Amino acid sequence: MARNTESNVYTVLFAIGMVLVVGSLLAFTASYFNPTITLNKKLEKQQNILFAMGINEATLSGNEDDATSFVTTDKVTAEFTKYITTQLVIEGDKVTQDSLAYLIDIKKESDKVKADASYTRKLPLFIGEEKGEKFYIVPVRGIGLWDAIWGYIALKDDLKTVKGVFFDHKGETPGLGANITAPYFYEDFADEQIYDGTQFKGIVVAKGNADPKNLDKNDNEVDAMAGATITGDGVTAMIKKDIAMYLPYFNTLK
Amino acid sequence: MAEVAEQEKVVKTPSEPLFSKKNRKLITDPLTDNNPITIQVLGICSALAITAELKASIVMTIAVIFVLGIGNVVISLMRNIIPSKIRIIVQLIVVATLVIIVDLVLKTFAYELSKTLSVFIGLIITNCIIMGRFEAFALANGPWKSFLDGIGNAAGYGAILIIVGFFRELLGTGTLLGIPVLGDPVDKTGLYAFGYENNGFMLYPPMALVVVGLIIWVQRSKNPALVEEE
Repeated sequence: MARNTESNVYTVLFAIGMVLVVGSLLAFTASYFNPTITLNKKLEKQQNILFAMGINEATLSGNEDDATSFVTTDKVTAEFTKYITTQLVIEGDKVTQDSLAYLIDIKKESDKVKADASYTRKLPLFIGEEKGEKFYIVPVRGIGLWDAIWGYIALKDDLKTVKGVFFDHKGETPGLGANITAPYFYEDFADEQIYDGTQFKGIVVAKGNADPKNLDKNDNEVDAMAGATITGDGVTAMIKKDIAMYLPYFNTLK
Repeated sequence: MAEVAEQEKVVKTPSEPLFSKKNRKLITDPLTDNNPITIQVLGICSALAITAELKASIVMTIAVIFVLGIGNVVISLMRNIIPSKIRIIVQLIVVATLVIIVDLVLKTFAYELSKTLSVFIGLIITNCIIMGRFEAFALANGPWKSFLDGIGNAAGYGAILIIVGFFRELLGTGTLLGIPVLGDPVDKTGLYAFGYENNGFMLYPPMALVVVGLIIWVQRSKNPALVEEE
């Protein structure tokens, strides 16, 4: 049976049929996989928060080689509840405890502020404890060269010294901006000061700071990555802007 | 009688073996003399964008082999029912669907990997090699041949990607797959002790063009038949 595949009716019917088949195929696949994907994202957040405060596979296994690996997904929820003792939501002067604070979408919160300037932003803050030491973990989010970059900054009990950081990105260039996730970059942040004297400065990803080994921990600077100036500036900006929002609360703690 | 004999002969014509010489050529040709990147100069955009690291090149290669292999088969199976007026849109939909499914499956079962990959997965849709093979091969050939053609072209594309990625990562950052192979540039060990420096230039996309150009040069000087006549 020869079909006339050139007729207009056939073409339209074919297009409709194709759309129906492809549409329902994708809809079914997406809704079938969605619960697992949401769970994966939750676990990832827990891994990232723990990683910023220095809890990684090495903490659990004792093997230093694992220091760049996240706590594995099967253990992460238990470790998260163990190390993250308090989760706070800061809304202006109101501070509430919320064990789901880590699921607050930073992007949506900042969009709400953009849409309505009078909106009081919900700021999640995580307090972790390890070996009697207290850490304050602040989520940050900004823009790199191509798309969003984000991370968590863990501060020590003095609220001035960085304990550790975690960075991630959506679509920075591999080998250049994407290296914000590389140990040689983020390890430099440990022990840096976010204050210059009494002045809040954040941490600047600086070109030509003449300190490639990052021995000077009081200069508020880490060495920039070659070829990734805009991503580096994005990191600088998001640290400064987002930590600044927490300063009023931090001042009440001192 | 004669007619019957002839009819039988037609029926009994043995089908082509799965890996006949012709079919093998479908895989080997794109690897060398008909390489999609160096000969047809297709898929250059992604070759520039993602080859700063060897790992990204390898991952992209696997993803493209998968999408082009399956996509070619799907298009080939549908080749007699696709209205030619909308065939390009149909091809696009097939690529996009495959890519979305790959992305979802990765996000579900290999979340870590999907994060490294997600950018490139999107890039696959825009890869002209895929549409090129659908249009030039799958629409005119059977599923098995189309499958071989898809695998072959994707592998030919991947081979160049991996070569370029190898040199760019090695010369640009002194590492391979993220492992330092030339020593430590900050502590001045290994090659760096003798004054060697990483060439940061290699990390910029234009250098991928230069490397691809060098590959084309080597390939054409080895096989003069590839050089176009004036």
